[in-house]
Amino acid sequence: MEYLKEIAWLIGGPQGSGVDSSASTFAKTLASGGYHIFGGREYHSNIKGEHSYYQIRASDKPVRSSVNEVHILATFEEETLHIHQKYVLPNGAILFDPTISKPESIHRKDVTLVPLPYMDLIKKVAAEFGKEKDANKLAVMKNVLSVAASLALLEYPFEQIAKTVESFFIAKKPKLAQMNVRGAEMAYNYVRENFAKTEFPWRLKPIPVPAGEKRIFLNGTQAAAMGKILAGCRFQTYYPITPASDESEFLESHPEYGCVVVQCEDEISSVCMAVGAALTGVRASTATSGPGFCLMVEGMGWSGINEVPVVIFNYQRAGPSTGLPTRFEQGDLKFAMSSGHGDFPRIIMAPGDMDEYFFDAIDAFNYAERYQVPVIVLNDKNLANSTKTISMFDYSNATIDRGVLLTDAEVTKLAKGNGKPAKGENGNFKRFHFEENGISARPVLGQENGVFWNTGDEHDEYGHITEDPDIRIKMMDKRMHKLEVASKEIPSDKKVMTFGPKDADVTVVTWGSTKGAILDAMEDLEKEGIKVRLLQVRIIHPFPMEEVVNELKNAKIKVGCEMNFQGQLIAIIREFTGIAMDANIFKYTGRPMKKDEVRDALRDIVKKHSKKVVLTHGA
Amino acid sequence: MALELKELKTDFRNDWCVGCGDFGILNSIHMAISALGKPRHEIVVASGIGCSGKTPHWINTYGVHTLHGRSLPFALGIKLANPELTVICVGGDGDGYGIGAAHFLNSGRRNVDVTYIVFNNGVYGLTKGQASPTLHRGEKPKSLPSPNINDNINPLAVALCSGYTFIARGYSYDVKQLKDLILKGINHKGMALIDVLQPCPTYNNLQTKEWYEGIEEDEETGVKTKKNPRVYKLEESGYDAVVKNPDNIEEVEHKMAQAFLKSQEWGDRIPTGVLYEISQPDYGARVAARMPAYAKTAPAKMPFYDLATKKANTDISPLLKDFQVV
Repeated sequence: MEYLKEIAWLIGGPQGSGVDSSASTFAKTLASGGYHIFGGREYHSNIKGEHSYYQIRASDKPVRSSVNEVHILATFEEETLHIHQKYVLPNGAILFDPTISKPESIHRKDVTLVPLPYMDLIKKVAAEFGKEKDANKLAVMKNVLSVAASLALLEYPFEQIAKTVESFFIAKKPKLAQMNVRGAEMAYNYVRENFAKTEFPWRLKPIPVPAGEKRIFLNGTQAAAMGKILAGCRFQTYYPITPASDESEFLESHPEYGCVVVQCEDEISSVCMAVGAALTGVRASTATSGPGFCLMVEGMGWSGINEVPVVIFNYQRAGPSTGLPTRFEQGDLKFAMSSGHGDFPRIIMAPGDMDEYFFDAIDAFNYAERYQVPVIVLNDKNLANSTKTISMFDYSNATIDRGVLLTDAEVTKLAKGNGKPAKGENGNFKRFHFEENGISARPVLGQENGVFWNTGDEHDEYGHITEDPDIRIKMMDKRMHKLEVASKEIPSDKKVMTFGPKDADVTVVTWGSTKGAILDAMEDLEKEGIKVRLLQVRIIHPFPMEEVVNELKNAKIKVGCEMNFQGQLIAIIREFTGIAMDANIFKYTGRPMKKDEVRDALRDIVKKHSKKVVLTHGA
Repeated sequence: MALELKELKTDFRNDWCVGCGDFGILNSIHMAISALGKPRHEIVVASGIGCSGKTPHWINTYGVHTLHGRSLPFALGIKLANPELTVICVGGDGDGYGIGAAHFLNSGRRNVDVTYIVFNNGVYGLTKGQASPTLHRGEKPKSLPSPNINDNINPLAVALCSGYTFIARGYSYDVKQLKDLILKGINHKGMALIDVLQPCPTYNNLQTKEWYEGIEEDEETGVKTKKNPRVYKLEESGYDAVVKNPDNIEEVEHKMAQAFLKSQEWGDRIPTGVLYEISQPDYGARVAARMPAYAKTAPAKMPFYDLATKKANTDISPLLKDFQVV
């Protein structure tokens, strides 16, 4: 018998059968018992019926990715058994419903089989509560039963489970809460009574949380939405799309923060409405995924030429076209870099973990307003739908930078000049006044003495259409120069992050959420004696030339690692710096990189000099 | 204090064709804004692309010349983010009923308090006279290589079915009536459509000023006389467009039915004026019903940080508490 420091557990079942809530119950039970959690969720583009699964990793130290093999597989239907039984660790356990699956359909001889008579137990609970007739309708309780049974195998204290299960239902349906707790208890006892003497070697118990530490458990869309609220976003538009809609729905669910959320007729409307709103001075944003982002680029170009701060969150999913609509890819980077016709300045950010989802939201609005540019934040399906425990956000230092946004009094003062060259005349204002740094003082719609024009055409300082070649040069120079200014002003640690020793055997370059699997793999490799350094590029445009070159010029083996077919970041690095990678790790199955496969690939690159490893893991 | 017309004009060079119907609409907008009596910095004119798209540059208020077909989403975003602004949206028939049709439809069901004026001339003028969505089948203005193969959209009927709460038609050479319609549209609390028959003298040689007004030329003397004008005013025909009681389903149905019938009149008799008007909660009121703060403070003016320290000061701790596990 061995007490584990880390465990992986997987539950699968048809979509709509409660897999998410069981995973959440399992995760919260362990999270409240002091464990760090990472939960990875996979599902089809389907409402009900297709196979979905959720892997929960719990550890005494932070975890950031899923793994190939689990200690326990919990299920109550055949398909999950069929697909996932080969990914159970030797000596692990498989929980299944003996009325649906026969033990013969499990080919593993090296695991403990736990047939759990789900419906018998549910019928007993229903009878105890005088609801015999409703037993079949309560079948969804299987989820809670499977969680309780799994934790019983691990001898994890029942009170912890009861508390989580109760908190799940208590607010809405007190009686259902009692029934679920009772069901959990029966399943727990059933396993303790019938399977206590099996070979299953692992146990788990609550561990202490460091004094004063507060943790939250959430997914990426929730982190991003709260970041937006704190950033002052009070206008959000969206068109329904997986996996981005969750963010907008979160904002709409909290009207107490005053963010107007408009569901539009399409993403063209979404971006245009957000840009229109931003002209009034509100911090405005939209959230979408690749197909929607495709529709937004003309509107984004308009915000570029009109220097309107707008923030676009693109939760990347696997393309092209509809692609794998509920799966993950880092496939929109090169598109984001050049989306829209003509040259206009933009900033592209790529947050890689829950903290960055939250804090980058604030930076995104600050950059948008300071440089008066559209900001694209490349989030992704992986973190949008993954759940993780993290330390409570400390946002006491979150600062708002609105750039040269003018108050009413400032507009009038600048318009009249007051000793300096006037920026206006007769109540009108030179919104696009030429400035050395390219950034013009910014009135908003509705301010007295601030009247200006916007146009998608090239324009003069007041915003009137012009085709004058000299003004065209000055305006293009002005707008594009803002990127150089941004590049100089934005601190290095916002542009790139590095992890691991400087004298590493291998330097991995990545962006976005793939960071998680690499950091987890690095811990394993360190134990094997392979030293890895990670360069995470966080702001990809304007390209952090100096930071990337400094990091890569002396690297021993340079490895690109990203979730796409062609290596989009490494192509950009080569374009800007001329530096090519020595080897690459790609994955384009739509399933996020797992710790183990990244670890194995890096080991192969170091030891066997592999040049290209394509990862495949995940059902 | 009413603005003088000259205060509402700009020095920006006008490049519309001589005799363009757009001038009448521009004058009507100037007159309506002047009569509105609001300071010009509280007014925004948004537009799409095409000849009509340039309109804001000749109006001395905030002007937002947007993308082809997208003037409505921009206008809606502006209005919802700062409801204190008067937002007028202008565009052509190709812009609004073709490339922007999805926005035209869906703006109806939102009923945002915006006035949408469509310069409807049956052709795409700025790209040299192709058929627009309002050109009838079989018609062949001079730039079409062959007669129009498509049927036409009836914007008034579409607006009626899409939830517009103020639907009117103007004629660009009746500047006074058009000014009244625009002013009514602005004062109407909700989404107003004013479709304006606007002859394009360069590319539409069918729906001309002469055609609309029934002007005939004496072949021998060249003298022009108005004989059988096609456009007529609904208000002079005893037509009552206004729903008195929006809760009275029978009355609503009746007023919608008569507006639909009027929208179908074309050819010898073409109605102008208000076809339909009803009072319904606008989008802002619907937002305020679920978010009371919206009624008091525009999102554009909502404070979210400390002006002295620049620290974000939205208290999100209640949200975070929901996610706390230890």
